[in-house]
Amino acid sequence: MKRWLTAYAVAFFAFLHLPLLTLAFFSFNSSRFTQWEHFSLDWYRAIFRDPQLIDATWNSVIVALISTVISTALGTMCAYGLWKYTSRLLTGTLYLSLVTPEIVTGISLLALFQWMFRWLHWHLGLYTVVLAHVAFSIAYVVIVISARLRTLNPSLEEAAMDLGANEWQAFFYVMLPALAPGIIAAALLALTVSFDDYVITSMVAGVDSETLPMVIYAMARRGASPVINAISALITFCFGVLILISEQVREA
Amino acid sequence: MEQTNLEVRQLVKEYPGQRALDGISLSVPQGSFFSLLGPSGCGKTTTLRLIAGFEQPTAGEVILKGEVVNHRKPYERRVSTVFQNYALFPHLSARANIEFGLKRQGRTNFGSRVEDVLKLVGLATKENRKPAQLSGGERQRVALARSLVLEPDVLLLDEPLAALDPKLRKQMRVELKGIQRRAGITFLLVTHDQEEALSMSDQLAVMNEGRIEQVGSPEEVYFHPRTKFVAGFLGAVNWIAGVGVRPEATRIARLPENHGARSSPARVTNSVFLGDCFQVLCQLDSGEEAVAQVPRSFATFSPGEAVHICWSPSDEILVP
Amino acid sequence: MKLRSWFLLPTWLWMLVFFAAPFVIVLAYSLLTRGVYGGVEQPWTVEAYQRLIDPLYLTILFRSFAMALAATAICLVMAFPVALFISRSHSRKNFYLQLVMLPFWTSFLVRTYAWLFLLRDTGLVNTVLMNLGVIHAPLSLLYNDGTVLLGLVYGYLPFMVLPIYATLERLDPALVEAAADLGARPLATVFRVILPLSRPGLVAGSVLVFIPCLGAYLTPDLLGGGRTVLVGNLVQNQFTNARDWPFGSAVSMLLMVLVVVLVWGLLRRESEQLA
Repeated sequence: MKRWLTAYAVAFFAFLHLPLLTLAFFSFNSSRFTQWEHFSLDWYRAIFRDPQLIDATWNSVIVALISTVISTALGTMCAYGLWKYTSRLLTGTLYLSLVTPEIVTGISLLALFQWMFRWLHWHLGLYTVVLAHVAFSIAYVVIVISARLRTLNPSLEEAAMDLGANEWQAFFYVMLPALAPGIIAAALLALTVSFDDYVITSMVAGVDSETLPMVIYAMARRGASPVINAISALITFCFGVLILISEQVREA
Repeated sequence: MEQTNLEVRQLVKEYPGQRALDGISLSVPQGSFFSLLGPSGCGKTTTLRLIAGFEQPTAGEVILKGEVVNHRKPYERRVSTVFQNYALFPHLSARANIEFGLKRQGRTNFGSRVEDVLKLVGLATKENRKPAQLSGGERQRVALARSLVLEPDVLLLDEPLAALDPKLRKQMRVELKGIQRRAGITFLLVTHDQEEALSMSDQLAVMNEGRIEQVGSPEEVYFHPRTKFVAGFLGAVNWIAGVGVRPEATRIARLPENHGARSSPARVTNSVFLGDCFQVLCQLDSGEEAVAQVPRSFATFSPGEAVHICWSPSDEILVP
Repeated sequence: MKLRSWFLLPTWLWMLVFFAAPFVIVLAYSLLTRGVYGGVEQPWTVEAYQRLIDPLYLTILFRSFAMALAATAICLVMAFPVALFISRSHSRKNFYLQLVMLPFWTSFLVRTYAWLFLLRDTGLVNTVLMNLGVIHAPLSLLYNDGTVLLGLVYGYLPFMVLPIYATLERLDPALVEAAADLGARPLATVFRVILPLSRPGLVAGSVLVFIPCLGAYLTPDLLGGGRTVLVGNLVQNQFTNARDWPFGSAVSMLLMVLVVVLVWGLLRRESEQLA
């Protein structure tokens, strides 16, 4: 049976990866059609010449970084608090935020902002995107950190206090360092989830605050373009590298 | 009168639906090796945690060096705990683990103290390794050193040898006792293993269901138990006509002994070879069962044989 | 230790303002009337919910349900053997796991676009088939339900593999050996021992796939053109082009009720099984 399983696994991984690989492959094709002409970096150059793309990428990076910092901090504190102080309501709410379809989260946040803007006279912008991203990222961070917490010796904090550390010192000198690999993993997860988000972002972004997924989406709807291939390849490559680095950090 | 570092008075601990400690009182002499012995659920670990300050008593007092410390936090008590699973900080080296408490006290010049304690527990070469790179026995030494270096009034040990394999356990018993003597610190050890308690302690308290059944030296508790529970927990006992006799004090003979020994007729049911001795199981004519521990001798007993169980009156265990 | 309860406060606040409050607002909007310039206004009415009962919308709901169910079923069948394979590869488990997870880490949008690229009229599939002479005119492979299904399966497959793998990892290998010892051949062991015992993972994976598929918006929009209208597209449309916020809110509430009922029902069944 092992042979059948292995054959199936090979087919499975091929199915999973070939579409992306072909995408990347043809990003180097000088022709915009799927007949191979010759190797070219034209489409990559086109990315850097497109101000809309550059702006959108910059927006995506800023939003991802800020929302990651906030959601990782909040999520770590929350996971630590839930560790022995269970709140079924909070845990349930966090899980609900994970399973809620993105479109529902998107429109509900839009409704919230529009309602608030009646009194505040503000507008949608990049900041509303950040607020939305933190809201749906916290749950991911809590899950990762909670999993890590469960691998830790439950007596660590008591040991620290036994040796003279008060509650805050126990958290900063023992729990946080012990959680560090988990925090890095959670931050990375929040980063990718934020950078990649389209549905929610499209509902709550302001007119001048387009993110990269929004631009890609608009281009894709107009019809496929090799520029999208190039961007896709770049995104995949960057995140692949990021993941590998984080795995190395975690192993250490 | 001996000075006491640690005293508990009428300590009660209740949880919802359960009375874990039912009013225990103890007085631990300074510099002694004191053990709390009992089965799981008897309240020995609860007592330890109340002394360490991880939990608050429902009633009663914890007194350290004459002061009532009930409401002091763990980091405000001069008491240190060696946890059953050691609870070493995984991100710190052995040395950094040991230095942790000293740093919390705000000390700076502690190099020689750390060196001394490393030598005391026998860890001189592995101080820069992280816990994940140490063996079980080495981790235990780090946990010990980490607490000892703070020179606490009392060192609490929660089943410290439970996670070690049997051979290492026996070796560590001797070492632990030696460390305690050399350091001169009061040790309070919690265990369910009666061999451990007997071999290491100066004094021990036998606990059962939240109460202390007896306090005394190992010999006192073993040879003169005051309750059936204590007698049975510290070793095997044959109960013959209301009197207890330990198997190693129980002899078997084909004819009843003279010279003041007591005897009772019996029939051999089984004989088990254990390497260093035989355990001969017999059924007395009165119906009770007894086990005799017979050293390797030329006399072997086969099932069905009619024999006599004999013992000296001085070996009898009498309980009310 | 009071420290812990302080730590929960910021998250409580954030979830209250940015998750709970929006739902209350959407609920309120679903009971209001469509505003002249978009948005909502008085009076309060249940008209939005009454419009939901229209067969047109019920069809959309039903088709979304069917699509999500199909996607989940396909993912289950495809993911289980791979999870089994990974759990049985002794030394390279981490490598295979990373291989499965790598697509997940890259953009979902990119992965959906990949099929757009492959299947369009000038896409790779058509080009290859034409070059081979199999066809003479490009096949219209895009913009139908099948493509949407393909896109959903492709997108959510990793979500199914991981929970199943996690459960298989916790399986006691002695059980498999016992089955063999008692005369079961490999296939029988899989179906009679491993599969039933991996139920928690199968359920978890199904939840993780079914629910996003139910509310899918991106995949049907991109790969289905305008032709495949699922619940997600319907909701989005109401809040943008159609500017019928009360109706969009009503559909959203219905979707949420379905999701909550599903998750709650499944979780209760699982915990009952464990008890």
